[in-house]
Amino acid sequence: MCLGIPGEVIELHPEQPDLAKVDVSGVRRMINIGLLSDDPPVPGEWVLIHVGFALSKIDESEAAAAMQFLEGIGKAYDDEIAALRASMIE
Amino acid sequence: MRFVDEFRDADKAHALAAKIAALCEPGRQYKLMEVCGGHTHTIYKHGLEDYLPESVTLVHGPGCPVCVIPMGRVDDAIHLASQPDVIMTSFGDMMRVPGSDGSFFDANAEGTSIRMVYSPLDSLKIARQNPDKQVVFMAIGFETTAPSTAMTMLRAAAEGLGNFSVFCNHVTIVPAIKAILDSPDLRLDGFIGPGHVSTVIGCRPYEFIARDYGKPVVVAGFEPLDILQSIYMLMVQLSESRAEVENQYSRVVPWDGNLVALKAIGETMELRPYFEWRGLGFISHSALRVREKYAAMDAERLFQVPGVRVADPKACQCGEVLKGVLKPWECKVFGTACTPETPIGTCMVSPEGACAAYYNFGRMNRTRVAEASGMSRS
Repeated sequence: MCLGIPGEVIELHPEQPDLAKVDVSGVRRMINIGLLSDDPPVPGEWVLIHVGFALSKIDESEAAAAMQFLEGIGKAYDDEIAALRASMIE
Repeated sequence: MRFVDEFRDADKAHALAAKIAALCEPGRQYKLMEVCGGHTHTIYKHGLEDYLPESVTLVHGPGCPVCVIPMGRVDDAIHLASQPDVIMTSFGDMMRVPGSDGSFFDANAEGTSIRMVYSPLDSLKIARQNPDKQVVFMAIGFETTAPSTAMTMLRAAAEGLGNFSVFCNHVTIVPAIKAILDSPDLRLDGFIGPGHVSTVIGCRPYEFIARDYGKPVVVAGFEPLDILQSIYMLMVQLSESRAEVENQYSRVVPWDGNLVALKAIGETMELRPYFEWRGLGFISHSALRVREKYAAMDAERLFQVPGVRVADPKACQCGEVLKGVLKPWECKVFGTACTPETPIGTCMVSPEGACAAYYNFGRMNRTRVAEASGMSRS
């Protein structure tokens, strides 16, 4: 749960402005973007996600570097993606 | 060292290592604490200690939210979960943390309902689906995670959801750092500041460390080069007799933090007078509880919580490991009675725990170092 994982914003929820669909390593799930309400992300932008919430915006190169690092750490990241896959935020 | 080549920026790492070595004053020892468990994980995974001169020691800090939860709170959570019509939800990391009578997994095997969730928001969905049950979220974590709990509470309040509550175990990092600075056990020269916590609280809360204690702080990212760069920045400050807060991770961490997140925490939670930390004991104003305004979402108000203080198993030395006084392998039960499969202490449970990180990676690196040096002799 301690990991911050990068995700690309795919689309904003049409009715709930604090939700957005993101893509994390091919897994697409809804997350909450309410913590970035001062400067909400738009589709195509990258965010650092922690337990279903976007904590901060990051640029694409940071996202790529973070992803490469996370994929290298093994089980902790696999567990995080498995947890995200099981998530049902709405 | 063969394993060095395994990560992509080995040349840059060696260059930083040389610059760090060049800054060491002969005869002086440097002890730097990485506060965050995520950093500990990277350090062992990539064998970063092997890049450093012998006079520079990394000391692992208390920044692993699972590790600092005392056994009594695990027992309290299991007690809550075993109440009629309660569904408890928890992050997966907590599931194997031992209480005095077993872990959440053990409790589930005996018929208690503790469900793993990825996000506190998943607990809301469970609450909506189970209107006749009280869904209690086991909230743990530092300031990285507290905003998620806070935002979830605000969402539940906005929806008028009456069957969602929080068993709040959120802790705050600064009082723990202060407790370590005030501890006579350990003399530190500087701090590698936590990355994700700082995205929320920013860098200002660390200024007292530089101002009042004269120690430098560098907030760091999580990749191997981030950590080596931060050690270099600390060594530059030490060599110039400076003590300031610097931000190596500015590509993610704003100096002032995330004001929306801080506001959400402040709206829903307040500081407790004191809270027990595993290994560090009771620290005043070091944890959060639910504000009176949100009493209907406070599991500690909705239910009787035993609140019994439980001493750690005698063999377990997590406390010393969390304070940085002992290295993981210096604990008497490390790797024998206590392993990630059968943990006695919390530091062996979480992937960010120093013991689990060292168990999984550290010994591998040591073996490789031995192999590499053997190869170079032959």
